[in-house]
Order: sequence, then C-alpha cells, then structure tokens
Amino acid sequence: MTDNKLINLVNISKSYGDNIVLDELNLYIRENEFLTLLGPSGCGKTTTLRIIGGFENPDQGQVIFEGKDITRTAPNERQLNTVFQKYALFNHLTIAENIAFGLKIKKKSKAYIDDKIKYALKLVNLDGFENRMPNSLSGGQQQRIAIARAIVNEPKVLLLDEPLGALDLKLRQDMQYELIRLKNELGITFIYVTHDQEEALTMSDTIVVMNQGYIQQIGTPEDIYNEPQNAFVADFIGESNIIPSIMIEDKLVNILGTNFACVDTGFGRNKPVDVVIRPEDIDLVKPEEGTIKGVVTSLLFKGVHYEMEVHAHGHDWLVHSTDLSPVGSEVGISVDPYDIQIMNKPESEDEEAVELEI
Amino acid sequence: MVKKFIERFYVGLILFFLYAPIIILIILSFNSSKSRSKWGGFTLHWYKELFKNQSIMNALYTTLIIAFLSALIATIIGTAAAIAINSMKKTPRTIMIAITNIPMLNADIVTGISLMLLFVAMRYTLGFTSVLISHITFNIPYVILSVMPKLKQLNPHTFEAALDLGASPVYAFFKVILPDIFPGVLTGFFLAFTMSLDDFVITHFTKGPEINTLSTKIYTEVRKGIKPEIYALSTLMFIAVLLLLVLINRRNADKREPIKKV
Repeated sequence: MTDNKLINLVNISKSYGDNIVLDELNLYIRENEFLTLLGPSGCGKTTTLRIIGGFENPDQGQVIFEGKDITRTAPNERQLNTVFQKYALFNHLTIAENIAFGLKIKKKSKAYIDDKIKYALKLVNLDGFENRMPNSLSGGQQQRIAIARAIVNEPKVLLLDEPLGALDLKLRQDMQYELIRLKNELGITFIYVTHDQEEALTMSDTIVVMNQGYIQQIGTPEDIYNEPQNAFVADFIGESNIIPSIMIEDKLVNILGTNFACVDTGFGRNKPVDVVIRPEDIDLVKPEEGTIKGVVTSLLFKGVHYEMEVHAHGHDWLVHSTDLSPVGSEVGISVDPYDIQIMNKPESEDEEAVELEI
Repeated sequence: MVKKFIERFYVGLILFFLYAPIIILIILSFNSSKSRSKWGGFTLHWYKELFKNQSIMNALYTTLIIAFLSALIATIIGTAAAIAINSMKKTPRTIMIAITNIPMLNADIVTGISLMLLFVAMRYTLGFTSVLISHITFNIPYVILSVMPKLKQLNPHTFEAALDLGASPVYAFFKVILPDIFPGVLTGFFLAFTMSLDDFVITHFTKGPEINTLSTKIYTEVRKGIKPEIYALSTLMFIAVLLLLVLINRRNADKREPIKKV
C-alpha cells in the first residue's frame, strides 16, 4: 500500500427527491487498498459505489481519479470495472464470450483475448468452462465469472457491490478467501460494498462505516472493532454493551454507580460519555472478586462460547465466555482497564458524522 | 371407461363445431362441380384459376407487403415504446400501458371509422399508405404486449455491466439487451403480421377505391356472387395463418425449455 490517493471523493452529495442519500461525503482511496464501505441498507454505500462507477451523477461534489476530475465521465470511459450484486452475466453468450466482451470492444487481437480468457478462468479456478452457458453454472461460479469478466480488462480499481450477498454461508466464506487471494495476486485496488460486518472485518485493509449518508468512522478492521468512535459503530460492528456513564477524571469512569479504571484520557471531568465493552472482554469471577455483583439471567450455548446475560446494577450485561455460569448463580463482573472503550456522546446529528483521517 | 368416452366425445364435438365450417370450405375448394351441394370429383382447377386471376394476385401482393411492412415498423416502434414504458415510474407506466391497450380492446369498426375520419379530416388521400399507417397503429400494442414481459425479466444491471466493460449505450443495447428480449420481439412481429393479414374492418374503411387486400377483395367478389376460386383463396389464407400461429406457439414453447435451474 502506498500513500498515493488513487480516488478522491470531494464533498459528494446526492438526494432522490426529499431523501438525502449522501451529504457532503469526503473520502479517499489509496492505491492497492482493499477498502470496504460498510453499513446498513440505505446508508448510501451502494450510491457511493455507483457514483465512483459512473452510474449515478452526484448533485454536487467531485470524483477525482488519478488527479483528473471524472465526475461527468461516462461509465464506459472510466478505467474501473464493477462486479454487480446479481452477477449480471450476459446469458445468451458463452462464458468465453462473456469474458471477452470488454476486450473485443477494445479491439484486442484474438490471440491476446484467448490468452486472457485462459488466464482469467485459471485465476478464478474455473479452467475449461469456456464453452458453458451462464445459466448452467451455480451462483458461486457465476460470481467468479463476473469477477473474471471484470479483471481481464486490467482495471486500476475493481468495484464490488455486495458480490457475495446471494451466496450461502459456506460458499461466502470460501469466496472471501478467494477475493483476498485475487487482490494479492492482481495488486489492484478493491472497493467493496457490504452490510456484512464479518465480511468487512475479514477482508479489508480499511473499513468505512456509513450510516444515513454520513461516514461514521474510517479505520483498519482492528481500529473499528476495538475502538469504535460512537455508539452506532460499536453497535453495528459485532455485539457490545453500550452503557451511558460519567467520566470522573482521566483513567477513571463511573459505570452505573461504580468506578472502573480505564486507560482513556482527555475527556474532561464529570463528563457524560458512552462506554463500550465487548461481551468477550467481560470476565465473570467469584462475587467477592468482581468490581460489581450480578445474577445470571439467561444462558445460551453458541458453539465456541456460552452467551450469558448478567443482571447487575440495573443493566443486562451481555457476556461471552467459554466457562459456564448457570442461570440464577451470583457472579462478579470484572473488566480490564484497556477493554473499556470510552466514546463521546453524540450531541447532534452532524457530530455523529465523524470525519477522520486514517 | 364411459367417463373417458364422454370426455373425448365432448372435446370432439367442440372441435367439430369449431372446424366444420372451415373443413367444408376446404372440401369445396377441391370440388370440380360449381354446385355447393354436389361433389363432382377432386380438382385443382380453382387453384389454377385463382393464380391466373390478376386482380386477386394483386390483392395478395398488397396484403403481404402491408402485413410485412406494418409488422416490421410496428415492431421497431413497439419495442422502443416498451423499453421507454418499462423505465417509467409506476404511475405513468400503468397509465401508458392502459392507453396503448385501448386500440387492441376497441371494436375494429370504431378504430376503422375513426382512422378514416382522421385521414379525411387531414385531407390525406386514402390508399396504400393510409392502410399501412392504420395497420401499424393497431399492431403496435401487440408488439408492446409481447416485449414487455421480456423486459421485466431482464436483470437491470446487465446493461450497466456492458457500459462498465466499455460498451457505448447503443452497442450495449444491440449486444446485450436486444438478444435477451429478442424472443419477445419476434413473437410481437409474427403476431402483428398475423393481425394485419387477418384484418378486414379497419382496412375496409381506410383503403380507398384504388387498392384491395385479400380480405376486402373476397368481400367484393362475394357480393358479385361466390366463385369457387374464393374457396381456394380462403383455404390458402387459413393455412397461412394456421402455420404462423403454429410457428409462434412453437417459439413460445422453445423459450420455456432452456431456462435451467441455477
């Protein structure tokens, strides 16, 4: 990854009628980055991708690609290729003809095209599929053909719009590995849109969390997961306990009437904040050893861990643990200082839309 | 057993009443006697007479030309219209579909008379072109009706995918959209062709004195007294339309087959 800004979105706004989809969005994408736009449906992630691809025009703002303004450039004149949600293969053409589509328009020689088809099919592990028809392929295979069709054009950037959305869980996980491998082999920039936080955490170099047309947080998967900037991000990425609290002073926070040691500083004194504690970061100990006491109210077996709810100080704490505490038992709750993440309370909608440098 | 017999008998009865008149017509066209009630032996005489009759041959030629041209033009206009209607928002789309359906539901005689009035009001001389324009008019809805379902099945992203791969919008339409909707377009063409071939009422009102299509020709001949050539001609028309319908139905059946489970 270099620091070269390949694509720069400047002040992009877009609305449909009264519905504001994007509001002054600023974002840049570096060369060779695997960037994921993550958010719930209607957050503006697909619109952002379609604006980069040229299928939508922003109401205001600019799309800068390698220093050139391409805001009004037609999609067929942009050096990027898209993999669409439902594959969008050309059903009346064979797999080879599908893959050759873009190359034929560029008037490449037959030998070059044949070479490229072979190479692309090998890359997506579908050698020998040249003469099959798209309808005779499974969903996962069709999606890989759609990727092959895009990458033979050697785009600088590959845009992927929820490409795994229509696949079942097992296939989706396999395809995640395939995509990471492809990205590494091709060395091109991927911009990936998904609402699946696990997909985003697994594959991305950078995650952009979006909600209601605003960017909520930009960061590495570790940053996003461990240090969510606000309650939306914390809630959307994984499960978490979000508890309104008071920051007493640096490194000391009052959660539900009890003081906990933490590592955050600079929030001021006696300031209302939100505290995020991941369920796997809560340690259940003997009642007298815990910072606070509570009673286990529910217990579910989840395979790798038990999921428990502990009622303590008027709050139901979500706890993941490999050790079982039966329902009704009294337990102590203990949290390591560095597992407590302090967030400012959002004061207005604008402030909820944090803009950050990576 | 008995139930099966009754079922077959019932179906047979229906088919008999449906086709008996046509069968009689076909038989009479091979009858060497001019009488309608006496069989005078098998002959192809009336068919030979028919092909020698210059005015009937002219009418046949006019009919085929009008059917072909009107079907072709209606297919182009109708396909374009269907694409436009399909990309409209819901309310205008519903309204447009209703409007385009009117000529199809309207009684032929009403369409015929109103078209005639329009041509007269515009001081347009009735003749070949007025018939052609009329046929295009009533053919367009059939084309729209055949193309529309194909457009609905289309993945909206295939067009964008083609653009994305560098195709110009025109290239993308002909390479990607048209092949996908082509079965519908072809069905529309054949349907329009058959409708045009079949039409009497609208042609009758818009043709003027100079030209005749087969149906109007038969009508004038019949008024002078029925000649057996007309039986031969009607038989040929029936077979032609029958073949076209079989062709259309075969196409529809073929279309359903290749859709495989993904």
